[in-house]
Amino acid sequence: MIDLHLTKPLQTAHGPTLLDVRLSVTAGELVAVYGASGAGKTTLLRLLAGLSRPASGHLRVGNEVWYDQQSGIWLPPQRRSIGFVFQDYALFPNMTVRQNLEFALPDASGKALVDELLELMDLGELARQRPQQLSGGQQQRVALARALARQPRLLLLDEPLAALDVPTRLRLQQALAAAHQRFQLTTLLVSHDYAEITRLATRAVELDGGRVVRDGLPSAVLPGTDTAPNFQLTGTVVAAEPSATGQTLQVRVGEEVVTVAVSAATPYQVGDTLVLTGSVQRER
Amino acid sequence: MSDFSQTLLLTAKLAALTTLLLLLLGVPLAYWLAYARFRGKAVVEALVSLPLVLPPTVIGFYLLLAFSADSGVGHFLVHTLGLELNFTFGGILIGSLVYSLPFMVQPVQAALHNVPRSLREAAYTLGKSRLTTLWRVLLPNIRPALLSASVLTFAHTVGEFGVVLMIGGNIPGQTRVASIAIYDAAESLDYARANHYALVLVGLSFAGLLLLAAFTKRSASRLL
Repeated sequence: MIDLHLTKPLQTAHGPTLLDVRLSVTAGELVAVYGASGAGKTTLLRLLAGLSRPASGHLRVGNEVWYDQQSGIWLPPQRRSIGFVFQDYALFPNMTVRQNLEFALPDASGKALVDELLELMDLGELARQRPQQLSGGQQQRVALARALARQPRLLLLDEPLAALDVPTRLRLQQALAAAHQRFQLTTLLVSHDYAEITRLATRAVELDGGRVVRDGLPSAVLPGTDTAPNFQLTGTVVAAEPSATGQTLQVRVGEEVVTVAVSAATPYQVGDTLVLTGSVQRER
Repeated sequence: MSDFSQTLLLTAKLAALTTLLLLLLGVPLAYWLAYARFRGKAVVEALVSLPLVLPPTVIGFYLLLAFSADSGVGHFLVHTLGLELNFTFGGILIGSLVYSLPFMVQPVQAALHNVPRSLREAAYTLGKSRLTTLWRVLLPNIRPALLSASVLTFAHTVGEFGVVLMIGGNIPGQTRVASIAIYDAAESLDYARANHYALVLVGLSFAGLLLLAAFTKRSASRLL
């Protein structure tokens, strides 16, 4: 679906370098882009969105040419079918949550879609609030819903979950996975969180110094990831709260209390004994 | 209509028209200066700010020359367009536009510059044109700056003296605005009349600033 070769000079902490990325993405993939800061992840997303102009190369999406240096084609962001979720969310402070979504509709006939998105992202109660009255996680859901309201083919997310606490992040990952399915999107996600990449992405691409250095299944390319569960702990539920996607539990394991998001058919009760399993990786 | 209210009405008309026209001209200019990158931008910015530092009589003097039929511009204005601007309301209106230009452009430019770039970019990625983005996203988010720039432009125009005196003179109902009338009255030792004008101006200025403070406080609490 996407076939690109893009170059662009980069300014990094270690001096100037050149972003030079070749990539081909199939429709429906959820590609996680990771790498050290200054590797060019955000720049790549901005080039795809048309917010920055490449120095050379080409970018084809489906049957459309979005950029081609040789024939001098460059589509502005307005003419690209994209949804972009910014790191700082970029919600319009002068509009309510609902107005933010309605502003994104291509035409006035999409009111039903706005209702569906408010429902999907669990924002119904907040529709009349202004963004500055919302928490970080709520703002994030509005930003995602707004990007989807344009009904894009390509969803671009620039580290959208980095600033959120763990339970909120887990809920949003579920919301993102649901939206990716529901709207049959092709998604590029910049992320630093290996657990998140493993959970969400169908493919992981590592950038370093402006170039693709690893590309493949997340389990195969992420360093130190072992997808088979390799530890097991037993704990007791000390608090259970319903959440949009299931429950948020506080579980005491030895002296520590950990927070986990779960979506079980039968809700857990305080006092239940749980077995926690997972994989171990080096912190980065 | 008494001479007194005629003068005050003329003053209000000049200030209101100046403010309105500068909103229409100054906002696009501020937008251009806030976001465009081009060679010679510093020169344009310096030109816009020039009326801040020039003595008003200098602005008035050059406009007087420019409007007179002896100059190239004036010849065109008078003979081709039939516009006689010296000692007319049209003349002092143009003078006011030049004189108050920085009071509109600078605050609006600064406010636009301070709107996070991602807000503009988000609107573009949602398929909105630059014009729609300006109208629906940028301007609503700089309302306090638009308001204070308008109030300052209005007040500054009411207070102008040198420019009007140079190109407008002191013609009742045409170019005699309050500041000129005060000078005129004081010069002919009619302190009572000068005082009437002056009191009205003090009252209006004070009320304007109070109103501005109230509005700014309200929109700040709403937007932040």
